[in-house]
Amino acid sequence: MSILVIADHDNSELKPVTRCTLKAASMLGEEIDVLVAGLECAPVVQSVVDLGVARTVLIADAPLFEHAIAENVAGLVLQLAPSYQHILSAHTTTGKNFLPRVAALLDMQMISDIVEVLDSNTFKRPVYAGNGIATVKSNNATKVLSVRGTAFDPIDSGTVSTETHKLDAATFADPSPTTYVKDELAQTERPELNSAKVVVSGGRALGSSESFALLEELADTLGAAVGASRAAVDAGYVPNDMQVGQTGKIVAPELYIAVGISGAIQHLAGMKDSKVIVAINSDPEAPIFQLADYGLVADLFEVIPEFIRLIQENS
Amino acid sequence: MKILCAIKRVVDANVNVVVKSDGSGIDLTNVKMSVNPFCEIGVEQAIQLKEAGIADEIVAVSVGSTKTQEQVRVCLALGADRGIIVDAPDDLEPLSIAKILKAVYTKEQPQMVIFGKQSIDGDNSQTGQMFAALTDLPQATFASDLSVINNVATVVREVDGGLQTLEVPLPMVLTTDLRLNVPRFASLKNIMMSKRKQIDVLSTEEVGVVLERHTETLRVDRPPARSAGIVVDSIDELVSKLRNEAKVLP
Repeated sequence: MSILVIADHDNSELKPVTRCTLKAASMLGEEIDVLVAGLECAPVVQSVVDLGVARTVLIADAPLFEHAIAENVAGLVLQLAPSYQHILSAHTTTGKNFLPRVAALLDMQMISDIVEVLDSNTFKRPVYAGNGIATVKSNNATKVLSVRGTAFDPIDSGTVSTETHKLDAATFADPSPTTYVKDELAQTERPELNSAKVVVSGGRALGSSESFALLEELADTLGAAVGASRAAVDAGYVPNDMQVGQTGKIVAPELYIAVGISGAIQHLAGMKDSKVIVAINSDPEAPIFQLADYGLVADLFEVIPEFIRLIQENS
Repeated sequence: MKILCAIKRVVDANVNVVVKSDGSGIDLTNVKMSVNPFCEIGVEQAIQLKEAGIADEIVAVSVGSTKTQEQVRVCLALGADRGIIVDAPDDLEPLSIAKILKAVYTKEQPQMVIFGKQSIDGDNSQTGQMFAALTDLPQATFASDLSVINNVATVVREVDGGLQTLEVPLPMVLTTDLRLNVPRFASLKNIMMSKRKQIDVLSTEEVGVVLERHTETLRVDRPPARSAGIVVDSIDELVSKLRNEAKVLP
């Protein structure tokens, strides 16, 4: 029996997180097929072929898959499901949207947000905002799994020669009654938050969206992505897609710099697997210092410009 | 229209949860329990739709032990009209909860069913989507804005790269994200009045769902601990440590 991985992409680019999902899949077996469902998504298909780790790329190229509407993607995966023992996607807003539908229609209990593969039936996943790590065994014939990208290294390129197989549009189910209206996606030259090597995050202490420009300058000096705490997003300093935490994005960069973030449990859940954590906060009692590798008690408005200067000096 | 709000009793968001040392799970003795914050946002959304004259009845439903009465009562005090509890073990899997709620949906025939996008205990983010699949309804997950005109819900969704807007015809399933609204506090008057509102308690046999388990939680462990590192005195020292000790800066 084999494994189906549903690719995360935007029709033009394969999202890096897919390689992490493939890494988890490779721990379950060798016969991995990748589904690319979208519209005019040839570049994505080519990226999967170039990776050289999949047996087959299944291509569903049709208007109803353009925006990854959950009902449409779930219906497609359901048709493919009988050939697979494991069905995986990334635990992104796309994967979380359609994969539970697939599991329910298969009458299987999905296992969300896995961070470790113990064997083909048993997985570890965080619960209670990462305060517990549950070991969960599936007794289902088909294991439906969403994968936490930061818990798995991106899979290395391989030498498998990957076949492409275009699925017959005549077999696609009727599209959902839902109408896509628009996307408003953040335009940024910075790296993606969930795959960046360095993340600079700001909290409520920044005080305004103007002050975030200072953090952005630091981020650009370091080639980092910019994140935020829930407090900073709720205060309207930055848009929601920058939120790091239990209910926002989960990050695990080489270096995480928390500036003016006190460190609520919900925020820590989103960043505590970072390799090196730096906290800069004027309050020496801030909980973030409990898990920071390096703490600096200081006024951020004084030290961040200095931080930028020190980095620039060296480059 | 009628709105069904699915709510879950969970450990309060401000509680520091403790993993039992024998690995058997989370210690829930004498811990404050609350309505899952995302479900509370769902109830608030339903109330706002009722205040806007779009909804005329709000039913709060929960699957769990009879202790859930407390949380359903909170929803009634906030503004839900009546409650339903399906008496079942507290640790049901999302698929079982979705099946039970499907039975309630079939009986109640609401035009909108609102879920929280995830519960803050299991962190699965599955139940709303599973329910939508079983009832063959379209879904709009992770909603940060909603308007309903002529039986069509226009929903702005929080997606990884930003926002996505969908138009979804009723009946539909909505799951709430943080910024959909800020839930109100119940007034004393409404808390008193809620005591007269009805809560029906049903058994799983009555709703016709046979419970089965698909997964086993073998154990729950504490995550690898991270200890506090060092406090440096200046930004120069910090940059120097990051360069020479941690080697994460050029």
